[in-house]
Amino acid sequence: MAREKYRFNTPAGRVFDVFNVILLVAIGAIALVPFLYVLAGSFATEAEIATRPFFLWPNTFSLEAYKSILQSDAFVRALVTTILVTAVGTTIQLLLTAAMAYPLSKSNLPGGRVMLMLIVFTMVFGGGMIPTFLVVKELGLLDTYWALILPAAINPFSLIIIKNFFQQLPKELEESAMIDGANEMRTLWSVILPLSKPVLATFALFYAVGIWNDFMSPLLYLNDSSMWTLQMFLRQVTAATDLSMLQDDPSQQPPAEGIKFAVIIVATLPILIFYPFLQKHFAKGMLLGSVKG
Amino acid sequence: MINARAADQAGATEALVVPKKKRRRNAGGGHFNRFKWLYLLLLPGVLYFLTFRYGPMFGAVIAFKDYVPFLGIGGSPWVGFAHFTDFFASPDFLRLLANTLILAFLNLVIAFPLTIIIALLLNELRLSIVKRTVQTLIYIPHFLSWTVVASLTYLIFALDAGPLFHLINGILGTDINFLTDPDWFRAVIMLQTIWKGTGWGTIIFLAALASVDQEQYEAAIIDGAGRWSRVWHITLPSIMPTIVVMLILKMGDVLDTGFEQIFLMTNSLNRDTADVFDTFVYFLGITQGSYSYSTAVGLFKAVVGVVLIFGANWLSRRFNQTGIF
Repeated sequence: MAREKYRFNTPAGRVFDVFNVILLVAIGAIALVPFLYVLAGSFATEAEIATRPFFLWPNTFSLEAYKSILQSDAFVRALVTTILVTAVGTTIQLLLTAAMAYPLSKSNLPGGRVMLMLIVFTMVFGGGMIPTFLVVKELGLLDTYWALILPAAINPFSLIIIKNFFQQLPKELEESAMIDGANEMRTLWSVILPLSKPVLATFALFYAVGIWNDFMSPLLYLNDSSMWTLQMFLRQVTAATDLSMLQDDPSQQPPAEGIKFAVIIVATLPILIFYPFLQKHFAKGMLLGSVKG
Repeated sequence: MINARAADQAGATEALVVPKKKRRRNAGGGHFNRFKWLYLLLLPGVLYFLTFRYGPMFGAVIAFKDYVPFLGIGGSPWVGFAHFTDFFASPDFLRLLANTLILAFLNLVIAFPLTIIIALLLNELRLSIVKRTVQTLIYIPHFLSWTVVASLTYLIFALDAGPLFHLINGILGTDINFLTDPDWFRAVIMLQTIWKGTGWGTIIFLAALASVDQEQYEAAIIDGAGRWSRVWHITLPSIMPTIVVMLILKMGDVLDTGFEQIFLMTNSLNRDTADVFDTFVYFLGITQGSYSYSTAVGLFKAVVGVVLIFGANWLSRRFNQTGIF
């Protein structure tokens, strides 16, 4: 405690501290304000958006924008699609990654080291967009949801960190399971995976955010607009001025600007709901990576 | 029965990867029996890497061919380096290179130092509640998709409507359309990059800062060192290895300008300034179907990326004794 006082108790130091707090709080606010503006706008009337350049609280509260997107088949379809693809995709990607990480964590597995080197190589070099597109096309995955899940199924970075985690688990647990007659597959499922829940949760979140936020894969692989995910829908609504795809009934004029605000909010909502977990697990995952890598 | 077949397949795929000498030794069967479950677990992953990671690498040979979908990759005629020489001779090459390098340079001299400065400022905060709150806030944009960031940008800079459109044009006393004016394209992109990535980027530096030896600070205080000189002589040198590693990683990304970000902000009016290698490959390959030419452009980019990352690593080992591999 004495040291703390000694360290900062000069007048210049205090002035700096005050400015530092003000500056950083301002930076924190900048990170949030654009989002708060959109949130306020999504609950405002068309007239208010048109007349007030900036506000964080609507004068008149309106749910028109949300009503009109929820009545749009295209929007609801995109939302449901995205939720399903994210849920199924995350499960598949996590299982594939864990299944591959386990054998690789065995240092006595013949061929394991070479395989690991070949995996690391894919982190610095890849075939590129067009050859990957052609592989997806040749496999007949264009215009299927598999195209959003399989090409990114195993992230080499996540794979290596999970492998490292498996490696430092106590060997005795596995050995006792094997003595009880379980094969490696059973051991992985009933001993290793339950022990690795926190790490698996971290990478489940990595994968889930990756799929939810993915724009490039649907852009490349889905031509059929009825299959679009939320990100594609959002792009269509905010970049294009044409809102006809939202209008099932042409006689009704949807609140054009408000819709943009509302779709952004819905596309961000799950991220914000899970944000406390995301922050904790992502920071952990990133530091795990930096220590090992 | 099924398992035995799968194990055989695992063996077959495994054999592709293992050097010849080992293969002969392993082919005895005793090994397979012992490791069959592990190989079975490995099988889906191996298939994934062969199909979606190595498959495209072999598919990239179409950069040296005139790929016709009807003839397939094997049947299409070879053209050697023709696509590469065409690309280097075309005006597109210099334009793309300049656009990409300018963005990479801005990133390196603005976004990267800003991350370190904010980490240092956060490290100087004494009230941990303020520190935690600020951290929580500045990490949020990292998790938003580029589509959301682009949409926010469209709304905030919207012509005659967006808050920043009014604010900046009010200050400058002009009437700039930030979303279509090519002169403002890079400023908008940098603003996005900084807004989305800076906060999150501080994590790695904050971790490095937390591990700086506290006794050095005490010794410096006894020697009468002020706050600034402590930062300059103790803090910065202590986190230098981290800074170098992050720089090396950034070097590998120099030509990687982030397809989604650029693509989403590109329109017909700013196209000349906006185009980078990745978006060019997309427009040429996917929308216009020149598969071979666009693959050549992509391959050029990937090879330069590998050279840069190994080069930076070599330099860093030479002068700093630290590298990432």
